[in-house]
Amino acid sequence: MSTNALLASRQARFASRKRVNMVAIALAMAAMAFGLFWLFWILFETVRLGIDGLTFATLTQMTPPPNEDGGLANAIYGSFLMVTLATLVGAPVGVMAGIYLAEFDSKSWLAETTRFVNDILLSAPSIVIGLFVYSVVVSRFKSFSGYAGVVALALIVIPVVIRTTEDMLRLVPAGLREAAYALGAPKWKVIASITMKAARAGVLTGVLLAVARIAGETAPLLFTALSNQFWTSSLSEPMASLPVTIFKFAMSPYENWQKLAWAGVFLITLAVLGLNIVARVLTRQKS
Amino acid sequence: MNPSLAPKRARSGPLVDQIFGILAKSAALLTLALLAAILLSLTVSAWPAIHKYGLSFLTSTVWDPVQEDFGGLVMIYGTVATSLIALLIAVPVSFGIALFLTELSPAWLKRPLGTAIELLAAVPSIVYGMWGLLVFGPVLATYVQTPLQTAFAGVPYLGAFVSGPPVGIGILSAGIILAIMIIPFISAVMRDVFEVTPPMLKESAYGLGATTWEVVSRVVLPYTKTGVIGGIMLGLGRAIGETMAVTFVIGNFNQLDSLSLFQAANSITSALANEFAEAGEGLHQAALMYLGLVLFFITFVILSLSKILLAQLRKGEGTKT
Amino acid sequence: MQIVFSRSLLALASACAFAVSGIHAQEITGAGATFPAPLYAKWASEYNKLTGVKVNYQSIGSGGGIKQIDSKTVDFGASDMPQTDDVLKSKGQVQFPTVIGGVVPILNVTGIAPGQLKMTGQLLGDIYLGKVTRWNDPAIKAINPGVNLPDTAIAQVRRADGSGTTFVFTNYLSKVSPDWKAKVGEGTAVNWPVGAGGKGNEGVAAFVARLPNSIGYVEYSYVKQNKLTYALVQNAAGNFVKPEDDTFKAAAAGADWAKSFYQILTNQPGKDAWPITSATFILMHAKQDKPANGTETLKFFNWAYANGEKSAADLDYVPMPAAAVAAIQKSWGEIKDASGKAIPFK
Repeated sequence: MSTNALLASRQARFASRKRVNMVAIALAMAAMAFGLFWLFWILFETVRLGIDGLTFATLTQMTPPPNEDGGLANAIYGSFLMVTLATLVGAPVGVMAGIYLAEFDSKSWLAETTRFVNDILLSAPSIVIGLFVYSVVVSRFKSFSGYAGVVALALIVIPVVIRTTEDMLRLVPAGLREAAYALGAPKWKVIASITMKAARAGVLTGVLLAVARIAGETAPLLFTALSNQFWTSSLSEPMASLPVTIFKFAMSPYENWQKLAWAGVFLITLAVLGLNIVARVLTRQKS
Repeated sequence: MNPSLAPKRARSGPLVDQIFGILAKSAALLTLALLAAILLSLTVSAWPAIHKYGLSFLTSTVWDPVQEDFGGLVMIYGTVATSLIALLIAVPVSFGIALFLTELSPAWLKRPLGTAIELLAAVPSIVYGMWGLLVFGPVLATYVQTPLQTAFAGVPYLGAFVSGPPVGIGILSAGIILAIMIIPFISAVMRDVFEVTPPMLKESAYGLGATTWEVVSRVVLPYTKTGVIGGIMLGLGRAIGETMAVTFVIGNFNQLDSLSLFQAANSITSALANEFAEAGEGLHQAALMYLGLVLFFITFVILSLSKILLAQLRKGEGTKT
Repeated sequence: MQIVFSRSLLALASACAFAVSGIHAQEITGAGATFPAPLYAKWASEYNKLTGVKVNYQSIGSGGGIKQIDSKTVDFGASDMPQTDDVLKSKGQVQFPTVIGGVVPILNVTGIAPGQLKMTGQLLGDIYLGKVTRWNDPAIKAINPGVNLPDTAIAQVRRADGSGTTFVFTNYLSKVSPDWKAKVGEGTAVNWPVGAGGKGNEGVAAFVARLPNSIGYVEYSYVKQNKLTYALVQNAAGNFVKPEDDTFKAAAAGADWAKSFYQILTNQPGKDAWPITSATFILMHAKQDKPANGTETLKFFNWAYANGEKSAADLDYVPMPAAAVAAIQKSWGEIKDASGKAIPFK
């Protein structure tokens, strides 16, 4: 083959590779634009419909009957209370289990099974968790309650925290642990004071992500905490929560309820966003 | 050194160690116990239906609360079809987004754009449902479904897929909304694993004259395939288990008359959300719990498949050095 | 940072401890039908301002109301579908009606104004059976001469969840369409041959408002609030009547509440009667495990019968006639505590 033909064929191959590359880049940009398009559309609608429903009254008054003025105070407080308690209950269990998976006998039968089971629980539809808590807590104690809601939410927090804790602990370099052992520290101290401290930001991120996840969950609360028209600070009564209240109000034909629903949507989105941003800032600080 | 100090420290170590170890182990066991409890509770509640129908429940399309005759195929089909559509759309798009963010985007744009995509995950699912029904549905009906229907009218197989009423609800709608919901998850995982690819590998490839696309498809993707598949499975799991967004737009129709994507249908989660509150303690509730069990089983199958797939892929690799 | 973190954690924990200890104001929980939900919410709010007692009603559907009161997870259940006296006896429950309302067919067809289209029960049955599929079907045209009906497919909408409204509608269809009775029957949840399912009255109203060429059925107050296009329906006397307070009252006029509260008000005789009318019922246990809660529940409804008429009228419900209220109060003697004494309600 003459040098010219060789050169030509090589150039042709290069040109075709370049073309494929151009197409791939264009498609990647299109994908990015596609994703952003949906985001902006949804956020635009959320802000547009939510912002004028958000007044001081919204934050301080109770959920009203149709066509009366009111706010979302009891729903906000109920959500805050149940999310906080669920995290306080679920996160320690999740962290401990994550520690077990990362630090103790990581390849054992128990650890592998727990990881697999955890993956299943992570993907478990939250409504099934709600139904489970209904049959175990609500039916047994014969009442809908904030406690049942807390249990349901905690069951969603645990798998998330296990996964993130284990992943974060694994990232801690072995050298750090070995140095501590070499100094004669017992295992629990190595984990508590050295490894966990190193992974602290990551673990906290995991907890925050779990909080963000349960803050927006509706289905598990439908059959457990039910909802409440009034203010209640007692967990043994049905308790209002933002997602369930939004669900109820959004589809109603009453204008004041619809306005409050969108305001609630705006609030939740804001809160979840805020948590996500804080989580990112934490991971960035450490790395 | 004071001799009385040394023995005290040595003694407290092992006991606390033991307690700590027991605590950690019990936490792990608790997870197992939890899944067992959920499965047990579901099975006990579903027993009347399992006893009556056995496996034929999975192939029957009848759902008649009045006559007390139930079959789960409609919901299973709805769950599988919407999730597949969601994956078909979300995986390429997420891949494109991850590609863009790791290789193409200027450094100052990376973080804001990345955060922007993750905001999609911050939107509560109920908003997707409301937005889907009240805003997106009508737009889909006018600009996508009606033209598609006129374009494919009369075409033998494809025509059947677009034949139903073009009203913006149904399997296609639910699938698209699910896709938007899972894009942030899949793309976040893909981006994270793309970013931890050793720069040396990529630079070697660039040094040999590879184009960006070649580096990504032949170097980065094979290196990160575990994470990528994990991300896809995560997205799939989310899509299968999604309740609120789906129940608003899927149409809640308990019949399987046609394979049309425009047809109203039902998914397992949507059926549970709608019908559980009033399902009588008898066969209706048992049938719904049976559906819940099926959903768990589907999740289990997907996870097992992904683990087997990953094991196969790893076999093809050389040993790590 | 460390100190701020641990201090805020402490504050959080104490707030939660406060909540867990709980300060109890008297609270009643009820659940059930979406039909009267707006009214109960309004009554509960007014009653709370007056007495401080909280009556927390959640609308989860009539079927849900029946199920939850059966499981005793609520103090009272609410259902649009009355239970027969035999069933009540076997469950040890009592029921009593609170207000009356109508179920109204709604549609969304360009060019048709509210109250313009006429329907018969037979025709509604055929539409929901899938036998009549287009708006310009001869059957529809025959009773609507002069109305411009487009050649488009009918998009039927019905309830996805278990609903007393569905019960009322399907009960009516079973009475007037033998085909419907044979193929589908009546109930809070039926095997719908066609139609997309909306969640709650609200879901159906939203669907019909958004879907062109659709037809659905909702409780009357949703029609007024959403300003939906409703149809006139032919009653048993042969007249096409409008859904409104007077026609609902006319339908309820024939009911003998003193005999039994199990009254189904569909397809009632009477020249002005609205054919798809229903009362909505409260279910309670005859033997109260928590007599204090039972007393508060009865006190609430007692107050509502005496003082709640204006709110009911504002939201387009028809209050019970005075004779019925007397019969209801008499029946409350059946609700007893563990010792067999009737619980007080004054």
